Amino acid sequence: MTSEILENAIAGGRTIILRGRKVVGGTAEAEALVTRQTISGWGGVDPMTGTIIELRHELCGQCFSGKVLVFPGAKGSSGWSTIFHTARLAGTAPAAMVFTVMTTKIAMGAVAMHCPSVTDFDRDPFEVIETGDRVRVDGDAGIVEITKRK
Amino acid sequence: MKLTDQEKAMLDGAGGAAKRKAMELLIRYGEALGAERFVDTNNVTGVPGWATDFLRHYYKDRGTSYEAIFSLFDLDSDEIVEVPKMSVYSCHLQGSMDPKLWKEQGKTADALADYLQDEAGVAAHGIQVLKTCTPYLAGNVPVKGEHCAWMESSAVVFGNSVIGARINVEGRESTSSAMLTGKIPDWGLHRDEGRLGTHHIAVEVPVADVFNWGMLGYFVGDAVQENIPVLTGDVSNPSLVKHKHFGAAAASSGGIELYNIVGLTPEAASYEMAFGARKPVENLRYGRRERRQVYDTLNSVGSNADVDFVMIGCPHASIEQIWEVATLLDGRKLHSGTNLWIFTSRSVKSVADTTGYTKIIRDAGGYIMTDTCSAFGRTMPPDTKVVALDSAKQAHYLPAMMGVEAWFGTTRDCIAAATTGRWNASAP
Repeated sequence: MTSEILENAIAGGRTIILRGRKVVGGTAEAEALVTRQTISGWGGVDPMTGTIIELRHELCGQCFSGKVLVFPGAKGSSGWSTIFHTARLAGTAPAAMVFTVMTTKIAMGAVAMHCPSVTDFDRDPFEVIETGDRVRVDGDAGIVEITKRK
Repeated sequence: MKLTDQEKAMLDGAGGAAKRKAMELLIRYGEALGAERFVDTNNVTGVPGWATDFLRHYYKDRGTSYEAIFSLFDLDSDEIVEVPKMSVYSCHLQGSMDPKLWKEQGKTADALADYLQDEAGVAAHGIQVLKTCTPYLAGNVPVKGEHCAWMESSAVVFGNSVIGARINVEGRESTSSAMLTGKIPDWGLHRDEGRLGTHHIAVEVPVADVFNWGMLGYFVGDAVQENIPVLTGDVSNPSLVKHKHFGAAAASSGGIELYNIVGLTPEAASYEMAFGARKPVENLRYGRRERRQVYDTLNSVGSNADVDFVMIGCPHASIEQIWEVATLLDGRKLHSGTNLWIFTSRSVKSVADTTGYTKIIRDAGGYIMTDTCSAFGRTMPPDTKVVALDSAKQAHYLPAMMGVEAWFGTTRDCIAAATTGRWNASAP
């Protein structure tokens, strides 16, 4: 079913819509950066450059600034919100977040980042969003619109 | 969220502007979580008002007083508000340098002055200056069932798992707000249903020393991420240090905030008690192969066996660990090109001073340092290229943060490297 929706969306150039729950309000539209691995804040991210530095992470060396970060959620140190809050001040924060596992770390981080964020989806976002897709996040409505890149 | 009259009053400003800002932030946070109410807490640890170099520079036009940083960053406020003394029992966790051995750590006199200014602000606001990641070794030991709001993932996992306190891993903004209000969202590990096991791990190789407890923790964190593991099998000889290293590793490779070991932790007198009515979503095993994979992962960064720095004390060393290091050194000198730094709390160091361990370690050429660690304070001896560590957590973080090679082994392996300059340990 999911792959059929995906194929239709690609063929027709349509958008796919995911419905979830508001974490933090606001809207943003940007390119998606997708990983199925959780992200560590303190010690895992350089907030001055918005880059993932954890050596064993599949996105090591990649920058999330201005992108819609699609990932399971947060892991590691309690400095998660401090690091991502600092990233907001440094201008390197993601534009929006789409995540699947709620934790105190990511909730506090999303709030401190003022970052439109949605979770608790009606469908698995990893089945429909790929890196490079255009994604619009409406935090208040809990809606994520995906336009496939190809 | 449903608010009590007392919470509504704080939100309306009855307790002053800082408490109003703190309630606003906690409500945004509680709603993000999906929490329905707050729970009262009288035990909060964090890094309130800490002015990092970046924040000092970023806010320089707004003022960098303690109140300014606390208002603008901790409370995420647009305006600077008057910050009163904290309302509930509050403690400051680790910092970025040893205020006595700052020169050895390569810090500047200006950085020290800033650090001491922060510390004066902390003390003036009624916050205990513990300056450690191990508050439970320095005067803040919660009890079973106590609702706390703590930062520091390694302390949180210890409090939940070993003691049975009720603690989520909180952030700087939520703990600073909780210090003012005595409130934290009633979510996750504060609730009975949030504390039941999700994954079962059968331990099939003997896990009895700190080294093996640390590796098992690293495996468990990576395997179950932010879930709640329940372990059965060949885990023995529990001690505070072993739980400290297990939990710290599990909270670094994954996001574990509570684990249970059947028969060894207070909420797991039995397998049934640990899982309640739940069935494990996954059954995993930790055998010889898994242990070797963890060892290889933790020793994967680098190949140079010439060790120039040995770091002990992640999380901060207990007096038992300092006693062990002093005993292993026993009149020997460090290798001429190798440094040894042991990190601990000011509280534990005062016992090491009195007992004579500080002198033994200094006479050998090493240092006992307080407040920080190499990763948190971003400090190592000059020109360090190869590090030896007895902490899986530090082995996880330090190579990525400081660009060094790292060896992970037992405390004995590390002290041998400190006195010979060579890494000479092998896989279990």
